[in-house]
Order: sequence, then structure tokens, then C-alpha cells
Amino acid sequence: MSDALLEVRGLTKHYPVGARLFGEKKHVHALDDVSLSLRPRQTLAVVGESGCGKTTLARCLVRLVEPTRGTIRLAGRNLTEPSAAERREIPRLIQIVFQDPYASLNPRRTIFQTVGDPLRLHQPSSRAERREKVAALLASVGIGPQLMDRLPHELSGGQRQRIAISRALAVGPRVIVCDEPVSALDVSVQAQVINLLKRLQAELGMSYVFITHDLRLVLNLADTVAVMYLGQVVELAEIADFKARIKHPYSLALFSATPRAARAGAGKPRRIVLAGDVPSPIDPPSGCRFHTRCPYVQPVCRGTEPELRAIGSRLVRCHFADQPGFPPQGAIPAAAMQ
Amino acid sequence: MREFWRRYRMNRAAVGGLVVVVLIAALAVVGPFVHDVDPFEMMGRPYSPPFGEFLLGTDVSGRDILAGIIRGAPVSLLIGVVASLAATLIGVALGAVAGYYGGFIDDALMRTTEFFLTIPSFILAVVIVAIFSPTVVTITAAIAAVSWPSVARLVRGEFIAQREREYVQASRAIGMPDWEIILLQILPNALAPVIVVSTLMVATAILTESGLSFLGLGDPNHVSWGYMIGVARTALRVAWWMTAIPGLMIVIAVIAINLAGEGLNDALNPKLRER
Amino acid sequence: MSALLSVRDLSVHFPTRQGVVRAVEEVSFDIEAGETVALVGESGSGKSTVAAAIMRIIPSPPGIIAGGEILFEGRDLVKLPESEMRQVRGSRVAMIFQDPMMALNPVHSIGAQIVEALMLHTALSRRQALDRAVELLELVRVPAPATRVRQYPHNLSGGMRQRAMIAMALACDPRLLVADEPTTALDVTIQAQVLELIGELQARLGMAVLLITHDLGVVGEIADRVVVMYGGRKVEEGRVEEVFRAPLHPYARGLMRVSDWEGGTGLALPEIPGTVPSPFAMPAGCSFAPRCDVAIEACASRKPLLVVRGPARSAECLLLEDPPR
Repeated sequence: MSDALLEVRGLTKHYPVGARLFGEKKHVHALDDVSLSLRPRQTLAVVGESGCGKTTLARCLVRLVEPTRGTIRLAGRNLTEPSAAERREIPRLIQIVFQDPYASLNPRRTIFQTVGDPLRLHQPSSRAERREKVAALLASVGIGPQLMDRLPHELSGGQRQRIAISRALAVGPRVIVCDEPVSALDVSVQAQVINLLKRLQAELGMSYVFITHDLRLVLNLADTVAVMYLGQVVELAEIADFKARIKHPYSLALFSATPRAARAGAGKPRRIVLAGDVPSPIDPPSGCRFHTRCPYVQPVCRGTEPELRAIGSRLVRCHFADQPGFPPQGAIPAAAMQ
Repeated sequence: MREFWRRYRMNRAAVGGLVVVVLIAALAVVGPFVHDVDPFEMMGRPYSPPFGEFLLGTDVSGRDILAGIIRGAPVSLLIGVVASLAATLIGVALGAVAGYYGGFIDDALMRTTEFFLTIPSFILAVVIVAIFSPTVVTITAAIAAVSWPSVARLVRGEFIAQREREYVQASRAIGMPDWEIILLQILPNALAPVIVVSTLMVATAILTESGLSFLGLGDPNHVSWGYMIGVARTALRVAWWMTAIPGLMIVIAVIAINLAGEGLNDALNPKLRER
Repeated sequence: MSALLSVRDLSVHFPTRQGVVRAVEEVSFDIEAGETVALVGESGSGKSTVAAAIMRIIPSPPGIIAGGEILFEGRDLVKLPESEMRQVRGSRVAMIFQDPMMALNPVHSIGAQIVEALMLHTALSRRQALDRAVELLELVRVPAPATRVRQYPHNLSGGMRQRAMIAMALACDPRLLVADEPTTALDVTIQAQVLELIGELQARLGMAVLLITHDLGVVGEIADRVVVMYGGRKVEEGRVEEVFRAPLHPYARGLMRVSDWEGGTGLALPEIPGTVPSPFAMPAGCSFAPRCDVAIEACASRKPLLVVRGPARSAECLLLEDPPR
């Protein structure tokens, strides 16, 4: 892993919650001992549903949130305990694109002002120079220069998201954290934005941490996949391995639950529907956190928390991960995995 | 801007209020030149009713009431506007910092504003003016001092609401320093309700100033409508016009400002509704 | 042959200062008893407005139903006086929403809200209604229904709130359930549960479902027929397998291509270029023409007519007309 651009080790974030006067303090276990890495020019997809911690992870990576424990290293710099010099550098190394294109641009500032902000802060330049640079940035995401003096509410969701991407690109970061960047967009616009991200990666050599709940995007974009559940990584694999075989029951259920147009009329294949709701991260279940909903639960699952261990070239957090043929992949039509 | 005026014009009461405010301001500016009479000097027979030799009559000491109205207008308006402005500046500054940073600073601000809210603001203003002896400056300062807490609470609330919004998070992620985020990013979004409250505060300030002057705590060098009501209090039964006319001016001014301010509210808010 | 619901040439307009927004324009489709019809489209397609029109909950002012009929159980819902519509709404036709908090009042218990619906439309006593409420919660698989019935919406998780809302909608045994993006805001594993539930309930109760969604995957999972909308108009209609396998309209084709994410890493996703036109600046001619990859010159000036290719199978495209005009 020494060629990793971004390395996360043992990242943990607990939020205190509730009355602190008497009794034990309760915590929201947003992240628990999360470790992953990202190589240059690659996309790491982080998948999970609500409460899995993927948004907290995104915020820790760009230092919007301070982790309780753990380290993050980016291109040799320490992100979790940066020196003053490192602290100034961080925005030039890693940036973020948020989910909601309507909320991530200041409604009272023009596009030029918003995209020009990072330039103003990190590269002293005259206003005329900035206008040129902003125009170039907007052009690279397919936005015409005539929109520079508009306000966000005059533009569509897809346009706003592209502008948010150009803001993230402004000072040339190595890594962009994409927090569900297309979930709030129409399907036809999603494809435009995804294609834009792919093109930028090829042209500029960007690396992405791509956070999503949509497995379909993962199959399309990712080099590596990390599946999260209740603050922990439950499976971490190269995409080719993942497509060939899914080793964690939750990953399998997630994939199986994803609605698929291809299923129409094909004689709906049996799929895994999990019972129950996602447990609260304030009081995660004992032992394996997934045991309350796992179709293959055994007594050991309730008592002992499984370690994230290497099975072949991937990491899986399950007591039975080393059993061949587990879990049975039958619920996934083979055609869907290409 | 044009859009703002168009929306504002739709509220006819607001436009009416605005017109009246402008007229009163004109009266304050132009009046002393048109009707150049000293309001403190005895000009004629006391207790003269209006529409006689003097347009609005004279008071208990024979002073021209019209002159009093004209000279009192700038006093009320000026104190009202300046006090409101000062309270707004203080309130915005403290509220923004408390709302953005939270924690200890926020707690300190909250306790302070609570202190001010438990004491009736008018009584507090009386105490302050009495301690520092009444002048236009001390009166303005006293009114500002009792008015800033409500602005601060409002601004704090807006900042708390905005600071978790994603455009603020994005600004932090690109390395923007806190003061810039507060001033350039959040403040423009938090101002709309503040503008409305400040405008309405002018009306309240005028009422407070009138009350202080009525009690005799006004600046003795300047006539104020409240003062005029105060000196004519004992003559209320025989010479109604001495209290009614300045009283009516206060009512008109306050209602006009309130209407104009509420129109502001409606004109500024649709930006949220349009989405 | 009378269908359960028959929408004929429905038009809904919103007059605004900048012009008239034709949110829905001459849309027609039928729903037979017991079948699931999906109304598919993206933002601005008008699909939610159609649902609101059927329930007669279009915000008015400014919206108006500018034309057409909505025939349900022999009556035209458009012409029904509000007092009669109130008897239909909630008991014969029920609606569930994307956000359960649009239907659930946060200050009343779940039980109280279901009981209210029952008391309004049936002759049950309060005691009987409460029992029925517990039954309904059980029907929608809310665990420990007797306890939950007394709880408030904030005590329930997102998935359970959705189910409580479904229970409330089903209380009076409606013939038609209008579901406006019922699973869009849910986690995908919860979405699977809710979709399965809707399918089961439909089979058990013989209810028809009008499903409004933008997710073709969901359509593929539970719908029998699909109506594709774009720019306020119906552009294609047919059985789900037919439309998915061989879409007639270029927009439907584009949607199918774009929704099929299963392509490999590195390949560019198929796109539909451009954006949905602003309702104030709808193109002359076919509203999809500016983004269409097979548009001909005539498409920019002539509005396409509906071409029927079979029972309940049609599409609106100049290229389908034989010969093209």
C-alpha cells in the first residue's frame, strides 16, 4: 500500500449525545476503526445506506469534522494533526463536491464569485486574471462564460453541480471527495455529470473517493469498492473481484435490493429482502453489527465482533468469509454483473 | 432591485406608509426654513385653539405648536434611525459571532440577552438616561442599549441555521477564513429578517424617545413630540389639541413606519417562496 | 369496456406572471382494476401534477384543470363538487407520498390519524376503528402494532413511517392507490421491503396502483404497464416488457439506455444531451426535438400526433407516422 495517495487508518468518530449529568454517556458511533486507501488516478467507491458513516467519512477527509481517533495521510502530509504549513496546503490537495446542488452554492453570490473564491484565497491574482481563469474552469466542465454573472437559482441542478465541480477543481487538488454527487439529479443529467467526472479523471489525473448508495454507479465507476454498514467497513475489494464474487451478506443484499430495469418481465428472480430496519448507530448491536438482519446469522455472530480480515486480495468483516461458496450468489442474475 | 420594487409596490398599504414617512422626513428637513419660528419662545396668547392666528394653536406657555411639530420631527426621526442603526450593528456583530462559533461565546451572549429581556426595556432606558443626564446622545445610546439584544438573538438564530448549510461547508473546505465566511458568505443570507426588524425598531425607538421626553427625561435643548405631550398633560381637559396633535403625529409616524417595514418583509421574503 | 380509472385528454395549467405553464397537456391513459401502471418522467414532466389532478389537490390558485376528464367508477372527478370529492378522496382513491411527513401529522399518534380516516369514511365506532387501525398496521408489517399505534411519527424510523402512511391510505379499502415516488427517499434495502409490501397488498386486496416515479428500475420491478411523460405530454405507453425491450419514442429509448448502468468501468455512459426545456420556453414542434438524436427537420415545427401500435400501446413521434408528414 506504499504507493497509496490517500491512506486512512483506524478512523473513528463518536458524537456524544444525550444528557451528560448522570449515567453513562451515550455516543453515536458514526465511524469505527475505518481503514482504506486510494491510489493515484483511481476511484474508490464507498457504498452504504443511511447511518453507515459515509458522509462522516467524507467530512473527515476534508477536515470539516475532526475524528475522535485515527489518522489520514495524503501525499505524505498528515491531515489529522497537521502542522500550520500542512493546514494551509490541505485545501489545495483535497476537495469535496456535495450532494445537493441547490444548497452547495451560496444563493447570494454569482457563479464568478463562487468559483473565484478558491482562486482568490490560494493564488493572489487580479480580478481580470481571475475572470479568465474562472472562464477556463467553467469551460472545462461545459459551462459557458456568459453564465459567470448569474446567480445559482437561475441555473438547473445539473449546471449547478458542474459548477460545484469546477470550484473543487479550481486549485488543482489531487483528490476529490464526491459525496453522492448525482443523487439529487434527474437520471438523464446524472449520466452527463458522471461522464464529466470520468473525463476529468483521464485528463487531469484526479483520484476520487466516490460516496454513493447506488451500486449501479459503483459498477460503472469504481476501481475499488468499500461497503460500509453502521460505521464499519464490511467489505473492501477491487472491482473485478467484487463483480466476480460478493463475500459479505450485507453487500450481497444491497446489490440484490437495487431495483433493476433489466428485471422487467424476465420472471422476477428471487432476491434478498432484509428484515427489519437499520439499527441506530447510538447503540450498535453486539457482536457483528449486521447480525440482526443477516439471513445467515449464527450464535457466534451475536457474541463476537468479526475482524476485517484478508480473504485473498480483499478484506471482509464476517466470521464465515473464508468459507468457499459463501454467501450463495444465486440471487444475482449473472447478466447483471457484467 | 427592480424586482424588489415591483413586489413592494404590490402592497399598497406599505407604499402608503413609505409615502408618509417621506413626507414627515421632508417636513423635518424643509419645515424649519418655511416656518422659521422658535418652538421655545412665547409667540402669542397661551391656550389658543388651532385654526386661529396660529395654525395649530399654542400651548400652555404660548409657544407655537406648529413650530414644535416641525422641530420635533427631526429629533424623533434622527434618534429613531440612529438608535436603530446602532442597535443593529451591535446586534449583528455579536449575534453573528455567537451563532457561528457556538459554545462558550454563544452561552455568554445568550445569558446577556436574557438579562436584558427580563428587565422591561423602557424602565431600563429611563434608568440609563437618568444616570447619564438627558441629551440627544445619551437618549440614543440608551435606546440602542436596550434594543440590540433582540437583533442579536435573531441574527444568532439565522447564523445557526446557515452554518450547517452546504455552501458554508464548501467555503470551509476551500480554506476560507472564518471572518470571511461570516461576512461574505453567511451575512448576506441572514440580512433579510434583520432589515425588517431594524425598520420596525425605528418605530419602537420613536415611541421610547417620546415616552422619555414625556416623563421629562428628554433633551432640554430640543423640542420633542413627547415633551409637548408632557407639558400639556395637565391641560388635557381644556385644551385637547396640545396633547392630541403631537400624539397624532407620533401615531402617524409609527404606523407609517410599521406599514413600510412590513411591506419590506413581504418584498424580501418571496425569494424563499419562489423556489 | 370500462376501466377503473380513465384519464382523457387531461390538461393542467398554471397561469403565472411570466406566462402559462402547461404542466400537463392532453394526457390520456387507463388503469384497469388490479393493475399497476407506472407514470415515468423526470423533473418538469408533469407526472406529479397528474397524480395531484386525480386527487383534485392541485394548488388553486394558481393551478387549474384546463381540460379533459378523469373518469373513476363512472363519475368525472374533474366535475365533481368538492363535497362529493371529499368522499372519494381517502376512501375510494388514496395517495401516498415521497415524504411520509406530508401525510402524517407530527402531533397526533399514528393510531389517531388512522382512526380519523376511518371515522370520516366509514360507520365504525371509535373502538372498532382503533382495532382496525391495529389490524392495518399488522397488514403493513409494522412490528408490535398494538404498541406502535399509540406512538408518534417521530418514534418511528423512515421505513416504518412509510408503512404507517400506507396503512392510513389503505384504511378504507381504496380501489386505487396513487403512489407519488413512495420509495425515492428510502434506503435501497428498505425500498425493497416497501416495494415488496405494495406488491403483496395489491395482490391481496385487488387494488390498482398508479406509481409515479423517475426510477426505471422500480418500474421494472413492480409495474405492469408504463406511461412515459416528457414536458407535460405522454410520449409513450405500453406494457413494461414491450416498452423496455423495444421503446418507440427517442426519449424513452434514451432513458432505457441511460438507466442501464451495468456497463463496465471506463466506458462513457450513454447521455441524453441538453436539459429539460423551461416551461416558459417550450420549443415549437416536438418538445423533445432539441435533444433528439434522430430528429428530422419537420420535428422542429410540427407537433407529433399519437400513433397507436396496439391496444394501450402508443407513442407520439413524427418518425412513427406512416408515412411521415
